[in-house]
Amino acid sequence: MNQVQNFSKGFIKENPILVMVLGACPALATTSSMINGLGMGLATTFVLLGSNTVVSLMKNLIPDKVRIPAFIVVIATFVTIVDLVMNAYVPSLYESLGIFIPLIVVNCIVLGRAEAFASKNTVWSSVVDGAGMGLGFTAALGVLGAIREILGSGAIGGFKFISGDGILVFILAPGAFIALGYMIAIVKKINKA
Amino acid sequence: MDFILLIISAILVNNIVLAQFLGVCPFLGVSNKVSTAIGMSGAVTFVMVLATMVTYLIYTYILIPLGIGFMQTIAYILVIASLVQMVEIILKKISQPLYQALGIFLPLITTNCAVLGVAILVIKKDYNLVEGIVYGAATAIGFGLALVILAGIREQLELADVPSGMKGAPIALVTAGILALAFMGFAGLV
Amino acid sequence: MAKIQSSLKNMVLSLTLISVGASAALGFVYEMTKGPIELTALNKKLDAIKQVVPEFTNNPNDDMFMLPTGEGDSLEVYPARSGEEVVGYAVRSYTNNGFSGYISFMVGFLPDGTIYNISVLEHKETPGLGTKMVPEGTPEKPEFKDQFKGKHPADFPLKVRKDGGPVDAITAATISSRAFCEGVQRAYNTFEKGGMK
Repeated sequence: MNQVQNFSKGFIKENPILVMVLGACPALATTSSMINGLGMGLATTFVLLGSNTVVSLMKNLIPDKVRIPAFIVVIATFVTIVDLVMNAYVPSLYESLGIFIPLIVVNCIVLGRAEAFASKNTVWSSVVDGAGMGLGFTAALGVLGAIREILGSGAIGGFKFISGDGILVFILAPGAFIALGYMIAIVKKINKA
Repeated sequence: MDFILLIISAILVNNIVLAQFLGVCPFLGVSNKVSTAIGMSGAVTFVMVLATMVTYLIYTYILIPLGIGFMQTIAYILVIASLVQMVEIILKKISQPLYQALGIFLPLITTNCAVLGVAILVIKKDYNLVEGIVYGAATAIGFGLALVILAGIREQLELADVPSGMKGAPIALVTAGILALAFMGFAGLV
Repeated sequence: MAKIQSSLKNMVLSLTLISVGASAALGFVYEMTKGPIELTALNKKLDAIKQVVPEFTNNPNDDMFMLPTGEGDSLEVYPARSGEEVVGYAVRSYTNNGFSGYISFMVGFLPDGTIYNISVLEHKETPGLGTKMVPEGTPEKPEFKDQFKGKHPADFPLKVRKDGGPVDAITAATISSRAFCEGVQRAYNTFEKGGMK
């Protein structure tokens, strides 16, 4: 397979959140600002890279019947590593992402890629696939976070460009659902064209 | 801790889906019809209460005494996965009608982040076992409430003329957003 | 290499192998990050204490003691000393009556009981409304919590105007403001009853 295509499919054509609507929980919960969205995306990317690599390396050592529990253990290990490292070195980001770091383990994207891609392809393809999917997810979260931050607090990347408050509802739960809904509709339109 | 407050807060004010964003995938996935929504809510309630109980016991009596609290995530997800599997097998053996009603939803629950989320939240919030179970049950009811309401709305939407680009997930999300807005009215109740 | 069969022996073997590998990796990372994690938590606490009491030279964390609130629980008190002299006390207080429940504070008192400063540690209040209790103001543009600075709770009742007190509530966030007052009051009650002043 063409590795460029393999990498770039994660951004628009097969974007995990905007096209396949996987991983909606963290996408909604952690995008109250652009930085938080990007942080969550990168944490997921790391787990995805790690689990894709290990799963494709070990694909012949794991009997079929126990592959799901085996994948889950591998994923949970990488999630815990991210959890501990973020707690140690980026405490403020760790705090604002909170419970959604350990919950990467049940993010359907990660298990989905392990099962559908890494367990059937070479290590190199799996790494590229993981990077593409992860960064596609990160980009989507960054954009969603930016939209919500601009509308909701009149700021971008933490810098305020209006005095006073924005349209508060976009920082709160309802705005998250509505903004993601419109983003998915727009990407649908792009993919059809 | 006042139990009534805890229950109202978990169902209405801090609704698991609409305010805390846990369990959004099944929330969007199985909200096409009211009947499936009810089945899913039943299965989630069942598993969530059991999972909260078991993970609490494991955390307090195994992980903490051994000093390996950092293994929480890995232990929890394995416990939940095996629990779901066990519930499925037991249901199949003892109650065919119940199995037929809930069976197809059970495998989906392993990757429902609401179950793992509640198990972790109970530890984070320092609840004791009874509070944890009550919280788990109330949260599951909140999940069911949101799911059934959304399914009801989506059944009506089938008849509406939705722009083609908004069909499916987008309109469901926007509907959920408006629902979340309505639920915000409950804030301050507690 | 061919894929191995799903025999019982192979299944148990491979799962055991993976679990052992996972535990080893996690144990290693845990040991590596343990120090930094403890350090960050300590620094965060010390930063909050630094913010709410006058300059000190000791390590308040080492001298921490507990004082009963009289409601069945206890609060952490961090004495701040400059040399031998006590310059203030930071009391870690809380309230459960915020708009979204739990809020915790670090409340700094001078030895005579005057409030020096207050820092909000954790909260889940509504962005743009209740969150206005957090920021530090400037003399030109004071924020909500600045009105508490330099006040003594004995002659400055910790109550919002709606409840007949002198505190100007945050616009559209009376519940948050009321909870804030309650948390500070709890710190003061504990501090006073402990015979600290």
